[in-house]
Amino acid sequence: MDFSAIIPALPGMWEGMAMTLKLLVLGVVGGVALGTVLALMRLSHNPLLSRVAGAYVNYFRSIPLLLVITWFYFAVPFVLRWLTGEDMPIGAFTSCLVAFMMFEAAYFCEIVRAGIQSIPKGQMGAAYALGMNYGQVMRLIILPQAFRKMTPLLLQQSIILFQDTSLVYAVGLMDFLNAARSRGDIIGQPHEFLIFAGLVYFTISFSASLLVKRLQKRLTV
Amino acid sequence: MDYNWDWGVFFKSTGIGQEIYLDWFVSGLGWTIAVALIGWLIALFLGSVLGVLRTVPNRWLSGLATAYVELFRNVPLLVQLFIWYFLIPDLLPEPIEMWFKQDLNPATSAYLSVVVCLGLFTAARVCEQVRTGIQALPKGQAAAAYALGFKLPQIYSQILLPQAFRIIIPPLTSEFLNIFKNSSVASLIGLMELLAQTKQTAEFTANLFEAFTLATIIYFTLNMSLMLLMRWVEKKVAVPGLISVGGK
Repeated sequence: MDFSAIIPALPGMWEGMAMTLKLLVLGVVGGVALGTVLALMRLSHNPLLSRVAGAYVNYFRSIPLLLVITWFYFAVPFVLRWLTGEDMPIGAFTSCLVAFMMFEAAYFCEIVRAGIQSIPKGQMGAAYALGMNYGQVMRLIILPQAFRKMTPLLLQQSIILFQDTSLVYAVGLMDFLNAARSRGDIIGQPHEFLIFAGLVYFTISFSASLLVKRLQKRLTV
Repeated sequence: MDYNWDWGVFFKSTGIGQEIYLDWFVSGLGWTIAVALIGWLIALFLGSVLGVLRTVPNRWLSGLATAYVELFRNVPLLVQLFIWYFLIPDLLPEPIEMWFKQDLNPATSAYLSVVVCLGLFTAARVCEQVRTGIQALPKGQAAAAYALGFKLPQIYSQILLPQAFRIIIPPLTSEFLNIFKNSSVASLIGLMELLAQTKQTAEFTANLFEAFTLATIIYFTLNMSLMLLMRWVEKKVAVPGLISVGGK
């Protein structure tokens, strides 16, 4: 094993890591946004809304992420053409991002729902009694507290997503794993680069989960 | 370029012998189940051993199990799969390496790698559930057993584990379902399981929406039936009066 070839390859792998992080951040932001909407639908008194959201969550939780990534890679260009009527060349990045957002939204929805349900009901009643409407109650009273409570869980799910971004390998997107692998193949040292990639993933996920654990301890009263 | 919907595509001939496309899905599902079930056996066995080790009063053993869990939980599944498939065979003694790379047919070597990979990956998760189950039991039980003269192995096999396993059936169920979903990574090292067959059908027929819809339905049905099965198991083994199951 000779790890000296890794140093000159670092800038190229950093580009891959930038892609991974971009997918992660946008995926989490989009996933939490959509997940929050779904959670509000699931908790609404309208049976149609809550059924639709429930079906969405069940559906995405029972199929593999890799299936979603692969399917969307094929399907998103078709769907866009049906919607807009013209050819829109979109790359693997956009289709992967849509896949991550929609898939993770199902998981984030469950976290947000639990967070909202952990807020005492009386708060909602009190806010309504003060004359707030639904939007104000949620935006000003319930959601800020719920999000504070569920931050550790949201972060844990984000660490899982960080690892799962490596699945974009299936559609050839140059994320960190793919960048490391392709460089290792070109140089003829695939093993060294694979081990290096594993170490990087491990270091980042491990330290992130340690931080989350500390945060969790501080947040629990 | 318009899309031609054709739900009859699954009954069309693939052009290979008498096969129709549906046969591909059936054989893909077979591989998926074969990967997941054997991987699950490994995970359940190793995970239980590790879970016990994490709770034994010995710092070295519990530290070892903790290190295992952290290692296997913080490296992405795909990286682990590549390590098992591309790296480990090269590190083995030469006769075994040659056997793995030349004597085995490609499907078998991919199968072995993915089963070992998923088994060890899932074992880390099972370990955490087993540990949680053991720690959820009142401490007095182990103490009482000690006082009655039980040895440590007896305490685990006769007092702690029979109860712990019943408590953790719901979280174990979700790991069990996860291993079926995670088995789809096998498609990335060329094993023709369900996802790989779906992709192949989509490419051969250009009926990608039909192919992926069928795959989704199969995964969904598999998931639901396994969940119902596990609920039934949970009810069957519940300790009466101890753990409330299904609104009892």
